[in-house]
Amino acid sequence: MLRTNLTHILSEKEHSELLKNNENVMVCCGRMGPMCIPVYAEMEELENEYKHVKFADMEFDLPDAKVIRELPECKSFFGIPFVIYYKNGKVVKATSSIQSREQITNNLDTYFNHHE
Amino acid sequence: MNNHFDVIVIGAGAAGLTAGIYLSRAKVNTLILNEGTVGGQMVLTHQIANYPGIENISGYELASNMKAQAQKFGCTIKSNVKITSFDLKGETKKIIVNNKDEYTSHAVIIATGGRPRSAGASGEEEFKGKGISYCATCDGDFFQDKEIVVLGGGNSALEEAVSLTKYASKVTIVHQFDNFQAFEHYVSEAKKNPKISFIMESKIIEFSGDEKLRKIKIQNQKDFNISEMNIDGVFIFIGYVPNSEMFQEIIDLNENKEIIVDKNMHTNLPGVFAAGDNVAKRYRQVTTAVADGTIAALSAAEFVNNIIKNVHIEDTIE
Ligand SMILES: Cc1cc2nc3c(=O)[nH]c(=O)nc-3n(C[C@H](O)[C@H](O)[C@H](O)COP(=O)(O)OP(=O)(O)OC[C@H]3O[C@@H](n4cnc5c(N)ncnc54)[C@H](O)[C@@H]3O)c2cc1C
Repeated sequence: MLRTNLTHILSEKEHSELLKNNENVMVCCGRMGPMCIPVYAEMEELENEYKHVKFADMEFDLPDAKVIRELPECKSFFGIPFVIYYKNGKVVKATSSIQSREQITNNLDTYFNHHE
Repeated sequence: MNNHFDVIVIGAGAAGLTAGIYLSRAKVNTLILNEGTVGGQMVLTHQIANYPGIENISGYELASNMKAQAQKFGCTIKSNVKITSFDLKGETKKIIVNNKDEYTSHAVIIATGGRPRSAGASGEEEFKGKGISYCATCDGDFFQDKEIVVLGGGNSALEEAVSLTKYASKVTIVHQFDNFQAFEHYVSEAKKNPKISFIMESKIIEFSGDEKLRKIKIQNQKDFNISEMNIDGVFIFIGYVPNSEMFQEIIDLNENKEIIVDKNMHTNLPGVFAAGDNVAKRYRQVTTAVADGTIAALSAAEFVNNIIKNVHIEDTIE
């Protein structure tokens, strides 16, 4: 299990439940390494700011993580983590490798606009 | 909320966290402002095997321990903030964060460390994670039986090139000079590996492809001839540059943009100290960053004590 304070997705079933129950979902699929840890750290902090988004992680080497690894959107990805943004269960954006806070918030603002 | 501190430390890497530990333990009211993830380059290091007293530890864990230790002594740490303006010249140092929150202090320690040097070639950001990587242990296994380039000629480049031969069918090291800036051991390991070949005195000037990296352009630095190479991946290990530009108008830097300090880690500005990878020095390690952070903290504490003492004297005169 990843050592983060995010919600952990441990199976394909948990993954689909999460997508069913949340309109906006950001999942970081990675390992406990240098390119991934900064992304989890950003997400842990953004969780307080983006209450309308569900933040979660999934361990890259879990067999069930194929729900992310084998997404067509990730076909050309050669760097972890794979980060997927889902809106109503559909992939709206996917990124590969380390991302800055600015790149992450940019995606959150673009794809998960806030209606209040 | 009171936004005045005795000392503000900019940067929460090994140097900044150490300064936070020493200052807070001495009851000097301290704030650390950090732009990225707490831990800095330590977080980028899988295993640290040369930090005295700890045989082997992940960089992330060492960073988390240092952070917890600083917080235990009462240090305030704000991470993921952006310093948008500052005035470090006067007696009261002012720092504005995220264009809105102002913090003041008597002294400042600049511990902003370094960031990976980029190749400076077009397409680098576009193909990051789509063929371009900065971490062999993270992404090496994506390049099973593929042909890759390692850019760089220092210890990391040569060591990682050898480790990547576990996966890749062919590794070409591209280096801008005609000799390596690395320990002889790493050079000979790379030279005797049958999967590794070398293109010396050359730079990558362009990355291109479609949804993934396919091709690079390499320019020879002697005759400036350009050649193309079809490639699946490029790993970039070309060293680090100091995070010092934002201070260059007020703080003295050397020709490598490293901050010039005296033996007490004091810069040219009174009350402004610097520590860690961003100062002018030869060796950049966690141990040396920790040592710099210690010296800067003790010097800053002395500086603040003198100011406070003077204030008291003036108070009694009035
Ligand atoms: C891949 C790799 C492997 C390494 N392996 C080892 C090893 O095995 N052993 C060893 O001893 N050393 C190793 N090192 C070197 C060591 O990590 C560094 O020398 C040391 O961590 C530097 O610490 P620092 O605090 O000076 O800087 P950094 O770690 O760079 O920290 C600076 C901090 O300041 C922040 N910052 C930057 N600009 C600003 C700003 N404007 N405002 C606010 N905050 C800012 C950054 O986000 C960062 O958190 C390695 C380095 C790398 C990259």
